[in-house]
Order: sequence, then structure tokens, then C-alpha cells
Amino acid sequence: EPCGTPISIGFSYFFSYSLAIRAALLIQRWYRQYVARLEMRRRCTWNIFQSIEYAGEQDQIKLYSFFGFLMDHFTPARNLISHIFRENEICRDTEWERYFCYKDIEVPDSYTGPHLTFPMTFCGVSKLVEAFKQKQQLHARYVLQILGETWRLLRILPNINHVSVCQTKEITICGDLHGQLEDLLLIFYKNGLPSSEKPYIFNGDFVDRGKSSLEILLILFGFLLVYPNDLHLNRGNHEDHIVNLRYGFTKEILGKYRVHGKKILKLLQKIFSWLPLATVINDKVLVVHGGISNSTDLNVVSRVDRHRVRRPSDPLSVCFVSIKLKRSQGRRRVRSLTNHSSALPQRNSLPRRSLQNSSISHQLSSSVEDELKRRRRLAGFDQTYKNANGSDSDSDPDFAEAPEANGHDWKQVRYVNLLWSDPMPQNGCISNEVRGGGCYWGPDVTEEVLGRHNLQLLIRSHECKQDGYEFCHNRRVLTIFSASNYYEVGSNRGAYIRMGADLVPHFIQYQASRTCRDLTLRQSVGWTERSALRALREQLFVHKSDLIRAYREFDPHHTGKISMRHWASATETVLKLGLPWRVLRSQLVSRTHYGMVDYQQWIKELSITEPKLEVSDTSILETMYKNHSNLETIFRIIDTDHSGLISLEEFRQTWKLLSSHLKMEISDKAITDLAHSIDFNKDGSIDINEFMEAFRLVDLSAHG
Amino acid sequence: MAETSETADIQRKIRAAFHVFDHKADNTVDVREVSTIIYSLGCFPTKADIHRFVDEVEEDNMGYVHLDKFLPVMTKVLLENKFPPIPEENLLQAFEVLDKERRGYMEPQELAKYMKSEGETFSQEEMNEMLTALVDEKKNLICYKELISQLTLDLDT
Repeated sequence: EPCGTPISIGFSYFFSYSLAIRAALLIQRWYRQYVARLEMRRRCTWNIFQSIEYAGEQDQIKLYSFFGFLMDHFTPARNLISHIFRENEICRDTEWERYFCYKDIEVPDSYTGPHLTFPMTFCGVSKLVEAFKQKQQLHARYVLQILGETWRLLRILPNINHVSVCQTKEITICGDLHGQLEDLLLIFYKNGLPSSEKPYIFNGDFVDRGKSSLEILLILFGFLLVYPNDLHLNRGNHEDHIVNLRYGFTKEILGKYRVHGKKILKLLQKIFSWLPLATVINDKVLVVHGGISNSTDLNVVSRVDRHRVRRPSDPLSVCFVSIKLKRSQGRRRVRSLTNHSSALPQRNSLPRRSLQNSSISHQLSSSVEDELKRRRRLAGFDQTYKNANGSDSDSDPDFAEAPEANGHDWKQVRYVNLLWSDPMPQNGCISNEVRGGGCYWGPDVTEEVLGRHNLQLLIRSHECKQDGYEFCHNRRVLTIFSASNYYEVGSNRGAYIRMGADLVPHFIQYQASRTCRDLTLRQSVGWTERSALRALREQLFVHKSDLIRAYREFDPHHTGKISMRHWASATETVLKLGLPWRVLRSQLVSRTHYGMVDYQQWIKELSITEPKLEVSDTSILETMYKNHSNLETIFRIIDTDHSGLISLEEFRQTWKLLSSHLKMEISDKAITDLAHSIDFNKDGSIDINEFMEAFRLVDLSAHG
Repeated sequence: MAETSETADIQRKIRAAFHVFDHKADNTVDVREVSTIIYSLGCFPTKADIHRFVDEVEEDNMGYVHLDKFLPVMTKVLLENKFPPIPEENLLQAFEVLDKERRGYMEPQELAKYMKSEGETFSQEEMNEMLTALVDEKKNLICYKELISQLTLDLDT
């Protein structure tokens, strides 16, 4: 204790005060470091999830590219898949109305779900929301009734909705929901239900991935029927029946509605094609799901026949994408038309890295040119079509010069851009090969397009953002994403926008799921990280043969060990995810010996469960795991009556298709063995769901 | 600088951390991410240290930093251990200075008061985040003794 003279008291006070400052400084320094390290981990985990997601999307593009190839070459297999690409609107709408009629469908007394009366009222929809909250299922009769009414309404809506906000009427804008009903309920809880005083815009991707896509649609359509001037829906790229085959919506419907599922799916297909494309607020703010391109012209968009336009997932549109690429041949890698996987660019090498391996693209270009000529002829393009060699434009994803052929209006390409494009940091506009549709557009394009239309802000969705929203392009583009925990519990928040007459966006963020709210920052980072690592281990496991082959190339003397550097390099060559393997190595490989990885042992230890089925040929197993989604997609396409069952012969055909796509030999015997190892139903058919379940990977370490 | 294998190792680590934030894949990062990168490499700079670092490496007030400038400066920092970690005992002592009665814990408001008014002050947002991370929900207290070792452990696993 200091003694009592004024000077010494002052000094000790000063001393202890400055000690407090020093202590505070220390604690602040320590804490900031802690948070930054967590942030680094979170960012890396995010990159993992994104890479895997984009790899999946590329996989799908390869598959559809393959379908396109089949269609063009009139192979016998073409018959298995041609029905999904057939122009099927020969029937008139009146005939469809009869087909979709709900009137003959009886609701049994045993039904405990909600009963709907028409015309829909606010009370009716609120009741529906309540029922879905209680996890009830709406009877097929009412489903078809709502969908029928919705279809009729959508047909009279324009391509672009124009809405106004004023002092007394703010608008709420939501992004992707992806079947996550919890998030929609949370938004309604925080913000209120839609009404004429509370208008909403839902910006696409209501379905796929989550488990309650249909419930979300029914709620949104219900409010649309009651408040057609205040509830606005924009179409997303997932409002597309072919995309739904792969990403879960088709499966959800067929699972919930075994008898009427097919009809419901067909009606939804029509509804999706009739969804409006964009909304404009006060003539100043454009709201659209994907984005724009350098040729976006809203006047043209508003005149397009939106329900007739080809989907980007259509293989003939895939053809368009390839041709687009050819035009900018010298500037980026050309995508192979024949599944040479090495030629397919990766997410993180587009559009940011400059062209690598330009020599390879020149080698490919001659065969690509031939292939393109043949495809063009088959697709019926005019010989006057301008050849790519003459073109000098740096980045022109639309080809304004293409003549009409087979009804493939070039205007359609712009429509694709609205739903599939992503913003990029650099100036310019280049085609988006990762998604297989749309383009990447730069800040200069934003300025130009907004300027041309006298707009001040572009609101879009389509990309998951950690905080639920993100500005870019000098705050002229705003991404809004409303599905929280999209990759995994704790991966991201969802958000929605409130906007008043001043057109300034205000954000409300949230995270559904009780589990997640109770976690601290570091716990949720850890949780998400573990999940990402599980996903990565799965990827490693399904590629183990290729990995071992790649590792062996660095191990000429068969020691069974390679350096960490070689391990990282070989792993990237096989998986092509663009991830920092050297950094990840410590989390994926538990033991190293003097800096060497014992790869044989490590692969063996990747703890993934084996399936319950006994199969003699293990290589076919690996093919199954690697192509899980592709297989399921093909199964569902072949299952034309959507019964969920396919015959042994169709099973065999599926495998033949897949092996052709992968350019692999799969023997008839292996396929037959596989078929026999499954318990057939009495009528000799295979249940698709059961089959896929049997081969779903479960990471044992998750339970450790 | 002599190219020793230690230097090579360090530079590899720096590059890996840098690239996590190199969204355009053109070897640049937003200047605001620099502190996260430095922290993630195990350094404990003060904000003043970070400002000085950024002044050295930022591209003419353009808002971004190029790897070519970042790498040598960061390598020197790591080789010379310029911003070493804080030993646990020092951290403990710091808390005990603020917890004058040496109870072994602090009330959230007490700590918040210091963090927001002294030293390199926290913003409200930083403060809220810190409280969520450090406050024991049941007791509504910051039991700093347990926290210090626990959080250090967290980052290493």
C-alpha cells in the first residue's frame, strides 16, 4: 500500500490505472486473436462445403451433357431418356385441366389433416400453416386443388411484376428457402404473415434439398391466391422438373403421395414454367433469382413466352453452352463434349484464374470443332451461323447472331441468365460453366444494365452467404439467402430484407434450429467443421481406387509411403476440389511417420461403413458410391410412370447408360449379380429408394 | 533472405493462409482481412501493430494487399517472432488486475466496461460476441481461470 502523501497517492493511482489499461490491452489482444483463428477455420470449412457443392453441380452437367450426346447420336439408349426432352405441350390446356381434376378424389373419414375450402381465405391459409407446423400432410385432393387454382392464376401474370412501396407499406424480400420449412415459419414469426399491408417477394428456389419443399410451395401458393397483388414469386433455377429429379423434390413428392404423386409432379411442372421471372420495385429495384448478363433487356424479357422457353438443364441448351465457349476459345479452357473430365474447369479456377494449359485447349480445339459442326448439323442450325474463329468478343455469353432453329429462340438464353448467373469481382461477362447455364457478370455490367434501365439496385439470391446476405459491385448488387444452416447446422445464418419507400434495405438475420442457437461460437464452428471433414472423408473414400493409383505414381519403389507434399498433390489431381490439402492434411491423416504418409493404411482406416449387401465385384461398389446422384437421377428418369419401381431390365439399362457415360466396362455378370443380391418384390421389380438407401454412406467416425 | 527449409516452410504457411482470402485468385486480399491472416498464423499483435503492418504492405491506399508485399514482411514477423503468444500466466494476471478482489471470476458488465472504455476498445458488436463466448450461462459470470485453459485447448484441437 502506498503511504499517504498526495504525490505518492497520485503516482500509485496512476500506476494502477495504467496497469488496468495494460491488462485490458492484453485481454483484448488475446481475444481478438482467438476470434480471428475461429474465423479462419470457419472460412476454410465454408470453402470445403462450397467445393463439394460445386463438384456435385459439375457432375450433373456432365451427366446432362452425356444425355445430349445420346440424343444427338440416336443411340438405342436414347429411347430411355428421350421422353423427358419431348415437347409435350401438344394437348390443349383444357385437356390438361381434365387430367388434373381433383373432383374424383375422395377424402376418407380417417383423414386427420387440414380441410380446405375454396376460394382460399386468409384464415384458410393460416390454418394450413398451423397444420404444417404440426407436421400434418395435406390430402392429395386439396393439393391438386390449390395447384390447379395457382396454375390458372399464374397464367395471367406477366413475366415481370411491378410493385410499389410507400410510407405506409414496406415490402419484405426473401431468398432461397430450399424446402426448409423452419426458416419460412421463423420469418413469418418474426415478420408477420403476408397480407395486403404486408407484401412479400419470394425470390425463387423454394424447393429441393430440404424435406418440406411441397409444404413451402403450398403455403406460398395459398397466400398468392388470397393476395395476388401483394405476394410475388420469382422463379428460381430449382423450379425445374429436371433439376428436381436430382436434388430431392421429385423424391419428396413421390414419397408423400404414392398414388397421386405423378399427377402432382406434372402439374407442378406446368406451374414452374409459368412462374414470373422478376419483380421490379418502384421502377428502381430489380429482384431476380440469379442475376443478369451484359445483354439483359427487361423489355425483351417481358415479351418472352416464358412457359415455352427451354430449361438450361435441357441437353440441347447444354449444346448452346458449349458453343458459347467455343467463341472465346483462346481465352479459357474449352469444355469437352465427350466427358474428358480433365477438360472441365473447376469452380475456383473460374473466372478468377487466368487460362492455364493453353496448349491443351488448342489440342482439344480441333476435335471440338468437328464435334461442334456435327452437333450443329444435327440440331438443325443454319450453315450461315457465324463461326467462332471470326469472333473477337472477349465475353459474350449470348449469341445474338444465331438464327432461329427448331424453335430455339436466342432470346431464351437471356432468360437462362436471369435464373442461373452469378456476380464476379472482375469486369466483363463470361459463361458460367460450373452451373452449366447463365454467366458470371462483373461490376461494369451491373452499372451498364442498371443505368440502361434507370435502376438503382439489383437484389438476387442463388448463392449461399454466411451472414444471409452480402453486397457486391459497390453495393449495387445485393444477395439475399434465406435458408439458414444450409450446408450444415451452424454453417450460415439466413436473412430477409425489409424495404420502405426510401428503398434502403434493412436486414433481419436468423438461424433456425434450437441446437444451433444454444451453441457458442466456437462450438458451432467445431460442429460445422466436423461435418465438412466428414463430407470430405466421404469424397476420399469413394475415390479410393483412383487415389491409390495416384499415390503409387509417387511411390515407384512400392514402399507404401509418400511425402505429405506428394499426398496433397495427388489428392487434388484426383478429387479436383481446389482445396488446400496440405493444410487439411493434419485433420484428415492422423498419423505421419517422419513427414511421410502411409497411404495404404490411411485409406483402410477411412472409417466408412460398408453396405449391407454382399457383392462379389467390389469395383462396382465404388462406382455406385461415386455416382450415387447420377444413378438416382437416371433411375428416376427411366421410371416414367413415377412408381418408384423399376424392372430388372430397366435396372440393367440404367447400368449400361451409366457405364457408357463413365466410359467404363461394367460386365453383364456384375450387374446381374448386383440385381440378384437385392430382395426383389414379388413382381420382380426394384424399389429405387430402398436400393439407394442400401448404398448410402454412413461415416462411422460420426458416432465416435 | 537465405532460403532455408525453415523459411520455405514458413512461406508455405503464409501462402496457404493468404489464399483463403484471395477470392479473385489474383494474389490479393482485402486489406481488412490482413489482421485475420496475421492472427491465424499464431501471432498476437495489438491493433497498433496491425496498423503499422498494413501501412507497410497496403497497395497505395487502394484497399488491397498483394502477396508480393505481404510475404516478405510476414516472413520476417514469423522468423523474428515479433508478436509472440501471450503466456497463460500473464493472461491470468491481467484478469486479476481487473478483478481487484481476486474472486476468480468477473461479472459480464464489469469486463464489458473495461473492454469498451480502455485500451484498444471493443465495438458493441465485438463486446456482444465476447460475452456470448465467455459468459457461463448458468452463473452469468466470466470464470476466467477455467476459460483461459479451455479456449487455448480449443484452438489446438
